[in-house]
Amino acid sequence: MRITQGAFSFLPDLDDGQITRQVQYCIDKGWAVNIEFTDDPHPRNTYWEMWGMPMFDVPDAAGVMFELNACRKAHAGRNYIRVSAFDSTHTWESLRLSFITDRPADEPGFALDRQEVDGRSIRYTTRAYAADRPEGARY
Amino acid sequence: MEAVIDTPPTAPLAAPDGGEQAIDLRAEFTESGLARVLDELDTDLVGLVPVKQRLREIGALLLVDRARARFGLQAVSPTLHMSFTGNPGTGKTTVALRMAEILHRLGYVRKGHLVTVTRDDLVGQYIGHTAPKTKEVLKRAMGGVLFIDEAYYLYRPENERDYGQEAIEILLQVMENQRDDLVVILAGYADRMERFFTANPGFRSRVAHHIDFPDYTGGELEAIGARILDGMNYRLSPAAEEAFHRYVELRMAQPHFANGRSVRNALDRARLRQANRLFASERPVTAGDLTTIEAEDILASRVFSGGIDSYPPLPAR
Ligand SMILES: Nc1ncnc2c1ncn2[C@@H]1O[C@H](COP(=O)(O)OP(=O)(O)O)[C@@H](O)[C@H]1O
Ligand SMILES: [Mg+2]
Repeated sequence: MRITQGAFSFLPDLDDGQITRQVQYCIDKGWAVNIEFTDDPHPRNTYWEMWGMPMFDVPDAAGVMFELNACRKAHAGRNYIRVSAFDSTHTWESLRLSFITDRPADEPGFALDRQEVDGRSIRYTTRAYAADRPEGARY
Repeated sequence: MEAVIDTPPTAPLAAPDGGEQAIDLRAEFTESGLARVLDELDTDLVGLVPVKQRLREIGALLLVDRARARFGLQAVSPTLHMSFTGNPGTGKTTVALRMAEILHRLGYVRKGHLVTVTRDDLVGQYIGHTAPKTKEVLKRAMGGVLFIDEAYYLYRPENERDYGQEAIEILLQVMENQRDDLVVILAGYADRMERFFTANPGFRSRVAHHIDFPDYTGGELEAIGARILDGMNYRLSPAAEEAFHRYVELRMAQPHFANGRSVRNALDRARLRQANRLFASERPVTAGDLTTIEAEDILASRVFSGGIDSYPPLPAR
């Protein structure tokens, strides 16, 4: 099951040319671009591992693509990789754009767990099948 | 969320057409802004005739290459990595800045900024330190020009475990594979650069343009001094001009002479002496006083007493 998080996730995966242009757009806006990866696809998993430092001082998207390719070399196929852009402007001070660039070859998706509580009430929760296995061995 | 929305691709460029279509190179020269950059270079920089000539040639080559590409004649991007050789203060850094602008105007680099580094910025102190350092610099330089001053220090043959080698390998790889993303300029003394290229043939084969920066003549150094002062709103009194002429003559013959840089440093010290003189005079000063450097501000230099001029200056008495 293809997970949909961040921008563009209902579109076909962006190609490198499209990623480059999105990144350049972020840089031109003065946002710091980050590369992050994780093998826990749960939507509430907000803080992914960072690949290197936020890139405050890279004026051209090629510099970010250079790091993205290095991150792919280390993690592609077994992790999700995303690019995010942080706007440090006062009153924004938050992410302005985030999108997935790479995903594992096989995404097993989520189980829906039902928990019976307080008599006949039911609580629902989702659990990624991948998360059954230990970190680093999920995909 | 904000993002770029895809724009439709622009129409393909005109195909070759039996010589029917023509590109006006002169108009391209002006429209690209190249003409203006080269003219500015001519007026802003004293001397350097062979360098300016080479820059015009490279500009023309790139302009023609661009025209050829538009006729579909050649698609590979030219190798633009360069080496600037010459003594200190001959204008290598200054010209590299202009080069970045020229390449930007012609669309060969996307941003046109210049990142200046030396060995210390590229090479680390311990195992595993060098690659991230070098990559960090490369990342910052992408879209612009990477200027490696005194590039030969990257290569230390006397130490076979030197981390410089690691930086060299990463540089070579990026210079080869990402020619569209950055242009590298290696700079340094001519003889040492020559030895560096001999020991590292990988660099020689990736550097397309070798530009030599000659030493300045006395007259050129005086003209450079005048430019520098003019830029800071100072001028030499007629007597100071004569003193400066003699200063340059003496200084050129002394050790550690660094062309334009020595001139700039000498004038910085003269400004310091001028300020001290004005302050010590305890009289109200006019705009004329504030902008004029007098002969005594220059003659107080140690150069005239046989010593090398250096900071801090002797008290101007
Ligand atoms: N041709 C020139 N015209 C005007 N100023 C110059 C010229 N060449 C050098 N200078 C001045 O000399 C100083 C040193 O030049 P720089 O480009 O740093 O030399 P390099 O990098 O070769 O050591 C600079 O401050 C620059 O302003
Ligand atoms: Mg320099």
